[in-house]
Amino acid sequence: MSEVAHVSHDDHHDDHGHHHKETFITKYIFSQDHKMISKQYLITGLIMGFIGIAMSILFRMQLAWPGESFGIFETFLGKWAPDGVMDADIYLALVTIHGTLMVFFVLTQGLSGTFSNLLIPLQIGARDMASGFMNMVSYWMFFVSSVIMIMSLFVEAGPAAAGWTVYPPLSALPMAQPGSGMGMTLWLISMAIFIASSLLGSLNYIVTVINLRTKGMSMTRLPLTIWTFFVTAIIGVVSFPVLLSAALLLIMDRSFGTSFFLSDIFIQGEVLHYQGGSPVLYEHLFWFLGHPEVYIVILPAMGIVSEVMAVNARKPIFGYRAMIASVLAIAFLSTIVWGHHMFVSGMNPFLGSVFTFTTLLIAIPSAVKAFNWITTLWKGNLQLNPGMLFSIGMVSTFITGGLTGIILGDSTLDINVHDTYFVVAHFHLVMGISALYGMFAGIYHWFPKMFHGRMMNKNLGYIHFWITAVCSYGIFFPMHFVGMAGVPRRYYENTAFPMFDELTNVQVLMTVFAIIAALTQLIFVYNFISSIFYGKKGPVNPWNANTLEWTTPREHIHGNWPGEIPHVYRWSYDYSKTYENGEYIIAGQDFVPQDVPLQENEEELNH
Amino acid sequence: MTALLTLTVLVLVAIAIWQMTKIFELSQTKTERSEIASDSDNKYNGYLLFIFLIFIYGITIFSFAKYGKILLPDASSEHGTEYDQLMFASMAIIFFVQTITQALLHYFGYKYRGKKGQKALFFADNDKLEFIWTIIPVIVLAGLILWGLYAWTNIMDINEDDDPLVVELYAQQFSWTARYGGEDNVLGDANVRLIDIANANVLGLDESDPNAEDDIIVKELHLPVGRKVNFKMRSQDVLHSAYMPHFRAQMNCVPGMITQFSFTPTVTTEEMRLNPDVVDKVKRTNAIRAQRAAEGKPNSDPWEFDYVLLCNKICGKSHYNMQLKIIVETEEEYNNWLAEQKTFKETVMVDETEEQAFNTEEGVDIELDDTAQVD
Repeated sequence: MSEVAHVSHDDHHDDHGHHHKETFITKYIFSQDHKMISKQYLITGLIMGFIGIAMSILFRMQLAWPGESFGIFETFLGKWAPDGVMDADIYLALVTIHGTLMVFFVLTQGLSGTFSNLLIPLQIGARDMASGFMNMVSYWMFFVSSVIMIMSLFVEAGPAAAGWTVYPPLSALPMAQPGSGMGMTLWLISMAIFIASSLLGSLNYIVTVINLRTKGMSMTRLPLTIWTFFVTAIIGVVSFPVLLSAALLLIMDRSFGTSFFLSDIFIQGEVLHYQGGSPVLYEHLFWFLGHPEVYIVILPAMGIVSEVMAVNARKPIFGYRAMIASVLAIAFLSTIVWGHHMFVSGMNPFLGSVFTFTTLLIAIPSAVKAFNWITTLWKGNLQLNPGMLFSIGMVSTFITGGLTGIILGDSTLDINVHDTYFVVAHFHLVMGISALYGMFAGIYHWFPKMFHGRMMNKNLGYIHFWITAVCSYGIFFPMHFVGMAGVPRRYYENTAFPMFDELTNVQVLMTVFAIIAALTQLIFVYNFISSIFYGKKGPVNPWNANTLEWTTPREHIHGNWPGEIPHVYRWSYDYSKTYENGEYIIAGQDFVPQDVPLQENEEELNH
Repeated sequence: MTALLTLTVLVLVAIAIWQMTKIFELSQTKTERSEIASDSDNKYNGYLLFIFLIFIYGITIFSFAKYGKILLPDASSEHGTEYDQLMFASMAIIFFVQTITQALLHYFGYKYRGKKGQKALFFADNDKLEFIWTIIPVIVLAGLILWGLYAWTNIMDINEDDDPLVVELYAQQFSWTARYGGEDNVLGDANVRLIDIANANVLGLDESDPNAEDDIIVKELHLPVGRKVNFKMRSQDVLHSAYMPHFRAQMNCVPGMITQFSFTPTVTTEEMRLNPDVVDKVKRTNAIRAQRAAEGKPNSDPWEFDYVLLCNKICGKSHYNMQLKIIVETEEEYNNWLAEQKTFKETVMVDETEEQAFNTEEGVDIELDDTAQVD
């Protein structure tokens, strides 16, 4: 990279003679160009998301119409749905793989991998990532782990089915559950490769942000997207290795007879040799990653929303420094709250008290962010593009889902809602839906940057947003009530308890909304694919944004800028900035791109 | 029926899409077609944001009106009352904040929808505002944290004061067993390595421990009202969780560990069956079950309310049906029931393999080894 940067600084004419011989393979497959890698991440992530959502529809149908026969079950599940009736083991497998795919493959690498790769070099003014090769390796490891995860769906005894947290002993003992055989082995191998991929990616993002910012791009001039990608990568580097250790120790327990997590087990008529291990240890290791993981998922979405919202509100993001401070506070706190998943795990109750305290503290920076977004809308000139609508929607679901965190984070209140549908409703709104909205906002907003200036159809975008928005609340709002009625999650059906009989019609309502929401995503898929080929080309800077990525040409070139890398003279949020007499800084234009020098009499604000 | 419903949904979605495309297209006849939001896009979506706010309020009110009654009845344990109060206070705060913030968010989206020539306000920072919305959550959360921690410390303080009844809850794939300390109210030592299915020592009690002799092993949990119960949880295979929602009680059962929970039941099963909320719930449920009976479907026997213990940690294939009936009764009824049960010494240590391993209700035989049949 240093060589490329060096060349470009010296002499920009040189760049024209800079074309390597690119074959189909180096351009589209083993590409080291961050823009291509970003698209690879996006498309892989979308495919995994498609599978994950399809699975959720299958098990939601089982919940709404327990024990009924569906042709669709027989088609997709084959021997696991004899006569079209879903088997209880495959139900658990579907739930497990849905969680794994959505959390890790879609919302971690699909979201972070796509937008970190696309935006970090473009927005900080770099020719590419610090290491293009490492970037490529990171993607291909992600690809391999995706393939292994999908392969695990087809093993004889079924895929992993111990829940996405794969707590031992259930996940460790093939006799406890058929999914804990080959399926679980593949799950663990896939995750180990995934973690390596994530670490390579994260290290690259961190180094790039620290070292390759263009001249004038101080840390406090960075767009909030870059701040969140940067901080997300740091949390990933801190916490993912711990998950790797948990996975390795679990592999040892499963395959080499060690007793890290297992002790005193009597199953199928015999006592196993395991002695002295503790499943609680696994829970600690898992959630040491697992909790930061939800912030790894949501922080990039927050960054995207901040940027898209400011651009479309034609206003600076309110409280830029407070936003950075709250991202840092959330990142720090996220690493010391994992115990709130374990209040009733048998862990010392005193620890529970400490984790309650740290957990509820996280509400403070989160509240600051929400209020700052709302204030950003105030007195704006809101351009309600689909990306903007998804951003507003994200703030809405983040608030709705986040508020119930106050209940779950309180060790006392957690006792009775722990592991019920209340939790499912909470995290789907605050993390799942919100992060997906962030991802959609990013896709609609940066689509022209990814696909040579082509834009997605806005009307299909509006339809996509409004139906999705209504359905998200339709699915997850009533779900809180199911949880507060005491229904545990991961129940194949609720018919064994007469006290849950009257909840079946709520399940039907939620499932109908879920089916509509899933079908609506097909509109997005159609819009996405057709716009790649036939999308209308918009202006080079379609949203009139300030950030550097819109100063690059529509056509992707190696090194991003044909000439010299632009210098930066201001922060990225000079929207609707005026002189004291009320005139825009640049006459007739309500934005001042970052590469425009300070004008005469212009006051430099907020950086 | 299902096919019809799915079809209806599909048709409705198609109509909705068609209509919406039409609206958006009509709204754009005058402006040139571009994929960037025009003034009329801003106008329509601004209105829709406002309608969406009404939708959020609507679904909230709908859910409370329609589903408010399905929530758990008032707590039947001493600490549960405080739990319910804390829950109510937290919920009140949540709904207050939710109502206001959603209103601001969507109203601003509607009010400041873009128009040509409209100037946005360059408003980048305000320390006073930031301070206000930092300090208010700090104060509110401090109150919630203090209250929550106070309640938590009380609930989790498991001690021997007030002569608590000691009961073991034993979990396995996919059933629960309860063990009482017997006359001495002390549980005998136990370990899965001592399990002897052939001799019907299914919980692995140490036969050489004198405390074990009078232990009583049962498949139905009876609790005297008003007396503190200290539960000791064990699991023999995978993680389980003993969840007793009516008592606001839950604790995981961890192989290799003994976990604990303690509460005092305050309402007997009989009294609970007379609780108006429960009476209504039973009525509604039995109406559903009667309809099922008419259609010849399973799960259609009339239901009578009972407390129940559920498994609430994924544990395998039959996780969804791992339960134990709980009966809260008067001290006298409890003593009578207990007197009828056989002790460990009587059932197992007499070396009569014909004898059942534990007490069952109405003498129903329960298979010992129907656990964990993996196909």
